[in-house]
Amino acid sequence: MSASGEGILNVMMRGGDPATEAGWEDAPPRMGFFTDTSICIGCKACEVACKEWNEVPEDGLDWLGSSHDNTRHLGADTWRHVAFVEQRVAAPREDEQIGRGADEGFRWLMASDVCKHCTHAACLDVCPTGAIFRTEFGTVVVQDDICNGCGYCVPACPYGVLDKRESDGGIHKCTLCYDRLGAGQEPACAKACPTESIQFGPLEELRERAAGRVELLHEAGVTEARLYGEDPADGVGGDGAFFLLLDEPEVYGMPPDPVVTTRDLPAMWNRVAVAAGALLVGAALCFGGGDRS
Amino acid sequence: MAKRAQVTDWPLLRQLRGKDHLGRGAAVKSRVSKELQPRTVTADRIVKSVCPYCAVGCAQNVYVKDEQVVQIEGDPDAPHSRGRLCPKGSATLQLTTGDAREQHVLYRAPYAADWERLDLETAMEMVTERIIATREAGWEDEHEGKKTRRCTNIAALGGATLDNEENYLIKKLFTGLGITQIENQARVCHSSTVVGLGTSFGRGASSTLPGDLQHSDLIVLEGSNMAEAHPVAFQWVMEAKARGATIVHIDPHYSRTSALADLFVPLRAGTDIAFLGGIINHVLQTESDFREYVLAYTNAPTIIGEDFDEAGADGLFSGYDPEKMKYDPASWQYEGAFVAAASGQRDQLTELEGVGHEGAGQETEGARGEPTLDETLQHPRCVWQILKRHYASYTPEMVERVCGVPPEVFARVCELFVENSGRERTAAFVHGVGWTQHTTGSQYIRAASILQLLLGNMGRPGGGVMAMRGHASIQGSSDIPTLFDTLPGYIPMPHAHGHETLDRFIAADAPDKGFWGNMRAYTVSLLKAWWGDSANAENDYRFDYLPRLTGNESTYDTVMAQVRGEVKGYFLLGQNPAVGSANARMQRLGMSKLDWLVVRDFSLIESATWWKDGPEIESGELRTEDVATEVFFFPAAAHIEKNGTFTNTQRMVQWHHQAQEPKADQRSELWFMYHLGRRLRERLADSGQARDRPLLELTWEYPTEGPFDEPSAEAVLAEISGRGADGTQLSSYTELKDDGTTASGCWIYCGAYADGVNQTARRRPRGEQSWLGEDWAWAWPANRRILYNRASADPEGRPWSERKKLVWWDAEAGKWTGYDVPDFQADKPPSYRPPEGATGPDAIAGDDPFIMQADGRGWLFAPAGVGDGPLPTHYEAQDSPVRNRLHRHQRNPARQLYEHEDNRYHPAPDEPGADAYPFVLTTYRLTEHFTAGGMSRWTPYLAELQPELFCEVSPELAAERALEHAGWATLTTARGVIEARVMVTDRMTPLRVDGRIVHQIGMPYHWGPNGYARGDAMNELSAIALDPSSHIQEVKALTVDIRPGRRPRGAARTQHVRDHRDAAGVTARSGTDG
Repeated sequence: MSASGEGILNVMMRGGDPATEAGWEDAPPRMGFFTDTSICIGCKACEVACKEWNEVPEDGLDWLGSSHDNTRHLGADTWRHVAFVEQRVAAPREDEQIGRGADEGFRWLMASDVCKHCTHAACLDVCPTGAIFRTEFGTVVVQDDICNGCGYCVPACPYGVLDKRESDGGIHKCTLCYDRLGAGQEPACAKACPTESIQFGPLEELRERAAGRVELLHEAGVTEARLYGEDPADGVGGDGAFFLLLDEPEVYGMPPDPVVTTRDLPAMWNRVAVAAGALLVGAALCFGGGDRS
Repeated sequence: MAKRAQVTDWPLLRQLRGKDHLGRGAAVKSRVSKELQPRTVTADRIVKSVCPYCAVGCAQNVYVKDEQVVQIEGDPDAPHSRGRLCPKGSATLQLTTGDAREQHVLYRAPYAADWERLDLETAMEMVTERIIATREAGWEDEHEGKKTRRCTNIAALGGATLDNEENYLIKKLFTGLGITQIENQARVCHSSTVVGLGTSFGRGASSTLPGDLQHSDLIVLEGSNMAEAHPVAFQWVMEAKARGATIVHIDPHYSRTSALADLFVPLRAGTDIAFLGGIINHVLQTESDFREYVLAYTNAPTIIGEDFDEAGADGLFSGYDPEKMKYDPASWQYEGAFVAAASGQRDQLTELEGVGHEGAGQETEGARGEPTLDETLQHPRCVWQILKRHYASYTPEMVERVCGVPPEVFARVCELFVENSGRERTAAFVHGVGWTQHTTGSQYIRAASILQLLLGNMGRPGGGVMAMRGHASIQGSSDIPTLFDTLPGYIPMPHAHGHETLDRFIAADAPDKGFWGNMRAYTVSLLKAWWGDSANAENDYRFDYLPRLTGNESTYDTVMAQVRGEVKGYFLLGQNPAVGSANARMQRLGMSKLDWLVVRDFSLIESATWWKDGPEIESGELRTEDVATEVFFFPAAAHIEKNGTFTNTQRMVQWHHQAQEPKADQRSELWFMYHLGRRLRERLADSGQARDRPLLELTWEYPTEGPFDEPSAEAVLAEISGRGADGTQLSSYTELKDDGTTASGCWIYCGAYADGVNQTARRRPRGEQSWLGEDWAWAWPANRRILYNRASADPEGRPWSERKKLVWWDAEAGKWTGYDVPDFQADKPPSYRPPEGATGPDAIAGDDPFIMQADGRGWLFAPAGVGDGPLPTHYEAQDSPVRNRLHRHQRNPARQLYEHEDNRYHPAPDEPGADAYPFVLTTYRLTEHFTAGGMSRWTPYLAELQPELFCEVSPELAAERALEHAGWATLTTARGVIEARVMVTDRMTPLRVDGRIVHQIGMPYHWGPNGYARGDAMNELSAIALDPSSHIQEVKALTVDIRPGRRPRGAARTQHVRDHRDAAGVTARSGTDG
């Protein structure tokens, strides 16, 4: 990160606990999701449990012909989305899937996507109303009673999560079940998930568990297993909701190297400040010069 | 003060005063956010319930606020579901509280164009009148000189979505009325499982529980799409996988289950017996069986009588009658002994000369002989040698030719089985309707049973045959059957024979040894439960009040009778045959011949509206104004609106408590049946007719409660469980007597209300008990969780291994002990040998683990009970593109066919016209939908996830038939034509079978023209062709034609089917050879 100036926005680039930095005293541990796609059965219980709990509207009967995915992508009316990827792969290993031929294998990847609850949340940076805020759990939530639907956050999100609901004009996305968390309950999707593909808990614990899981899979020969979004050094400072994937993120429709879109704002503001200062100096010189004459 | 609080609460002030100077967190938390409280916290109470969809029976917590249900989610305390729910379970709130449910009674008068409203009271009165009038017209005292005392023209269908208590009242009332054509979803889903498992092991239910799969070393899912159809139970497969088990999925279609398996083996639909027979052959040829287990616990050493002829190359066993397409099983019996089956075709032997009503069974009672054994397994007629010869032709090469599975893959599966069975390791089979719905369905299950017996996997942790059942209480509606051929607890429904008495019935239909030897006690207790004081020793406990069967009266026989105009009244109780049963068109045509139809459901399903908008109305074949059928629609109450029990796929009977009252005219089946019975009894109270005595003397006194006079489900459960003469609740079926001093509505449920306590409502959290969940609800029989668990110990009563111990003999204490309730007489030592002439349980030796069997052994060879042979044999499906390479008989020679112009079969593969239907079609469930769609197509959160019917084809087939991905395809059979969206996918694999390529098409079956998500019904394509033992239809392996584009509309639709038929030269004879 090049920005090291005194810009007011730079506070968000510090590496500390996001809840503490958002002014929460005695914040509980940061909570998040670890979605282990290697055990996802593509049942979409997460999609339905989320809609039932959050009263997210049904959003149309649209058969996409996209494997078993008829939800398309995350949006105002889809806070959990299961992607289905049908893949021809190289010759199967012994004990692996039987493929379509002697030298070709096949696999079907499934993964439940969700808002990442970024450490550096661009949506939160750009929200002009205070509708989007950082909760005491370190999650990022849109407050319906504040949001005026201006939509600045929509292009700001590097994952394309934020979206406007046409029926009420507001922006809606996963809240990580903020209401349930407040009562010590787990989010609806994680509770429903039949195989514990979606795990909820303190982020630190989840990161440890995920590292162990990757190690286990690597030992079992699943060398393609990798984590996505768990690294605090990545472009968004690490995600509050991160994943174990079996292929490159773009295969699942996730950006390979997401960067908080407000990353350059501090530097830009610094430059603006320098330019403005220069202008002021220039103007002062001009006017001062005029006086002299 | 309030105003001041508001001012200091201003975000800007908070921002300046607090630590959140940038206004990104604490300072900007809004008022609504601050006051946020989850409705799980603000609810007034939490009601314990059970998911109403599939038979995993996930426990639910129902949150109630102001007497309205506000949230439904999983109950984390449950040992079997651990708080998780699939998408359907997660949509239960919308299903039950959404606006798709009808609230009012609707009535369609004969010939009327539309519905009208009717008040509930009037509708109940009208239905009462219709029953009385119709029954009078269709009453039959005798059939061909034999007493039948039955009502021939009223039928009922449905029960698997209902409570056990509701099924009980349906069966009780309708039987009291003399109605025999009582059926439910169990017929079309798992009836063949009951035959297959029941004849092999003694009980027709799953031997184990999904939770035990975590202990398996190998899990073979075959005929089951478990990850999709039973996602929450699949957690245990994932648990096993995490513990190092190998997961194999064998299926025609690569599903979400295959994606999670270690090995997926695609095979041609309809060839599993060839595949399993190949593994059996491998085990026998390599002698990789668990020999000690096989010798002690199976009938491998038993010698079969001389008259038995093996199937051999032609595929026919002895006793076949080509005229009747039926077997006489007499020659399949043991040498020197006569054994009856514990399940399946129980009346089979009664029909035999010398065993029938003249009573050979009776004559030989107590002297049915002892089987002759050859422990060396060398006798040419011992089961072991017969088995070896029978499967000798099922070689790996033949498996490849028939199933399309390469030998190296097949070898891998064989190796896995052998490596993961024996003393230290166990393998489990998981099956669903992919195995059951075939013309040889019962034999699919038998084949798996044989393999599990040979490998010693029955009755042991991580072993068994896990039958995954599909409706919330389909196990319960089999146990307390709304089925034509059984009485509660699998007591066979009596057939009409001359001068039949209770004793003759028992002698002919029950094994004399083992616990079925006590069938008289079970039957008398049932008759006492139904007819109370009226039933006594002098009147044979009113045994003659039971109507008699004269043949098959399965739902498909009923449909044919409707088409012939013989059945006039029809109840549909939560079942939707107009899309869900084979040959949907026949179902609708049958209904169009009814005088009256009663539909009880949540929404206006296709079976309720075919007279105004069905495909035959659209095609012009039926005109609404010509349809005379009077239709009553009663809106049903949901599970959250009633008390009662569901029995899940692991035989676990779980109580669900009422959470709210139903709205308007919505009522439970318990209410409907009770009040219908009350009205009928009042109307007929003064009848002098003998036929009304069974109805009037029926015990029908149930306390009612609540604003709608709902009968007490708990009182019904107490009756089912049973009472002694002094009225105290019984605690076990071993207490039942045959002298009229005990009453029990279903003997296998005896103890469910032990000590006057509702045992099914027990909910001890899983953290406080073992993985078996013995204190969660109650499982039949006797709360045993793993059946035949005596076999987990060796003949001396010691666990086969420490790793796989379950129950064992404690010599010091003189009793069986262990983790589970022993499935054995607790104090019978392993050394016990029955005295000569012993009958009943006393005839079971201390090392005979299959206590329901006449010989105490697992049946590799079934000498009785299975209609199409003692050993599973590969025949091709009714419609198949391939010749049978294993036997000369192309199709099951004993299958049941139904001749009708609208139920034509396809030509055999080498007959002219066979290429008109060249591709294999197989069907399956999707996670997002439920069965015929009545509980998912109307539910928006589910409908949006899978909004349209589609068919899955391989890229190769797509290229061959110019099918475009995401375009439309038209699929045609001799029965019908439908359209579906095209999904071109690598998940469908063309198979090389017998030197040529066979293409398979996959299709889910959930759609129909009504509801929110609509589409054509798959069952327009299927035919009525049945397995002879269970009367289940073949819908997992069909042949079809597929073309790009949409199907014809209107009259052209019917014409298209006829044209296709004519071009193929299809006639009434096609596909009907024996």
